[in-house]
Amino acid sequence: MPSLIYDTLDIILPFEWLNYAFMKNALLAVLLISPLFGLLGTMVVSNKMAFFSDALGHGAFTGIAIGAIFGLMNPVLAAAFFSLLFAVLITIIKEKSRESTDTIIGVFSSLAVALGLVLMSMGGSFNKYSSYLIGDLLSISPGEIGALAIVFATVIIIWAFISKRLLLVSINRSLAASRGIKTLPVEMIFTAIVALIVTVSIQWVGLLIVNSMLVLPAAAARNIARNNRQYTVISILIALISGFWGLIGSYYLNTATGATIVLVSGILFFVSLAFKRVRS
Amino acid sequence: MKEINPSQYKGFACSGLCCTKIEKFGVNIGSNVILEDIDLHIHCGELTAIVGPNGAGKSTLLKAILGDIKHTGKLNYLDEKGERTGNPLIGYVPQHLEFDSGSPVSVLDLFKASLYKGAPLLGRRRKSRNTVLESLSIVNAQHLIDRRLGALSGGELQRVLLALALDPIPDLLLLDEPVSGIDQKGMDLFYKTVSLLREKYDLSIILVSHDLDLVERYADRVILINKTLLIEGNPAEVFSSPQATQVFGQTRFGRGQYDQGEGE
Repeated sequence: MPSLIYDTLDIILPFEWLNYAFMKNALLAVLLISPLFGLLGTMVVSNKMAFFSDALGHGAFTGIAIGAIFGLMNPVLAAAFFSLLFAVLITIIKEKSRESTDTIIGVFSSLAVALGLVLMSMGGSFNKYSSYLIGDLLSISPGEIGALAIVFATVIIIWAFISKRLLLVSINRSLAASRGIKTLPVEMIFTAIVALIVTVSIQWVGLLIVNSMLVLPAAAARNIARNNRQYTVISILIALISGFWGLIGSYYLNTATGATIVLVSGILFFVSLAFKRVRS
Repeated sequence: MKEINPSQYKGFACSGLCCTKIEKFGVNIGSNVILEDIDLHIHCGELTAIVGPNGAGKSTLLKAILGDIKHTGKLNYLDEKGERTGNPLIGYVPQHLEFDSGSPVSVLDLFKASLYKGAPLLGRRRKSRNTVLESLSIVNAQHLIDRRLGALSGGELQRVLLALALDPIPDLLLLDEPVSGIDQKGMDLFYKTVSLLREKYDLSIILVSHDLDLVERYADRVILINKTLLIEGNPAEVFSSPQATQVFGQTRFGRGQYDQGEGE
């Protein structure tokens, strides 16, 4: 199966940069993960959750630190558990509190990242973990790509069930409530899948920019789209294009892959902004 | 006003005997009594207007009926056969819809998201578009279907929300009139549409209003509240009552609006 996919890639994209197995793996990972970022990003942006999703990344970071310290087999599993807990906690606080939640999220998020850094730097072995800050997409293994494929399918299925409800909640909560939508569970499920994606991808993309991968494609799509379907499709396309060209760019420039991808989507964002200006 | 097409609602008939009973409604927020001891009896095909000064609890009453705010007392809906049917199906048009005007959400998206039940079905796109067009035709707003919500005027948004509240046709329609953002022409059109709908579908309508002129013209019954029910009756009775004089002062029949406040 893996060799079949590799052969297919060789035929479709017979380029020099794709000669290496690690580049093929990275490309497959990008093709799986960037559409998810594009998709989930639309509702992160519509629900004004950009800061919130940033905090989720910090929660995942602490989770990885805890997992590593306690010598768990797979720190990512510990991270997934911790960031889910973190996500549920912040969503509840957000729901209960009537005031602006920015400060509360800020407090929790900086505490989480500080705790993570302290745990990781214990015994002076921080260098081992620095890849979680910057990410290393080129280190992804075929087994991890398989796991990504499962995550991909899971998210798509959940999305199919909640996307319409989530859209109405994002337009107006009381209107959604008046149509019989249970707003808190819907938001909870959404937050949980965002937390899951952020946690899973943090080791390849890096804590510092994982949120940009989520927010930038959707922010760009928002400048162009006139309805929700266009919004979703354009956001996914921008995420895919950025992922593809960012990967190639990082190969030739010898730069960090995640950051290069974000730079490409940053450029696309400004192009979309110019497009919006010209049209209006 | 174009012809309204009721064909899609065949089977919905009310002989005019159905009614909604509100018994001993009260709302407390913290230790503050917002509303107490409200009894209302609303018949099908009737437009009941709720009026009162700022902070009288008008919008709160609607939200309590809607179930959005906790309340004491009972709400009962009785259908035309007089059998208790419990909770009525409620359509609600909020005073204003707070949303991000930059959102790429079209009127069609809003309808699809609101009418959506369960899992997505592919290949029903055309059908759902036609259904939404039919709903919008009730308020003559078919042309707005692909417009972004943020690009609608206040009056247009109001009509779209009305169409949405009427899909499916509710037992009880709750309207919270916007205080601002709609010009007089838009307001007249809105009231005319509501009036027509009431006749066509025999709807029970409860309307919170800030415009006594329009209430006088269109309401069948007026309810004056200020924390509790002060008086009810037809518009002429209520507006000439001493209670109304006390609440609105001598100049209450001045043309135009008497309260421009924020809505409570």
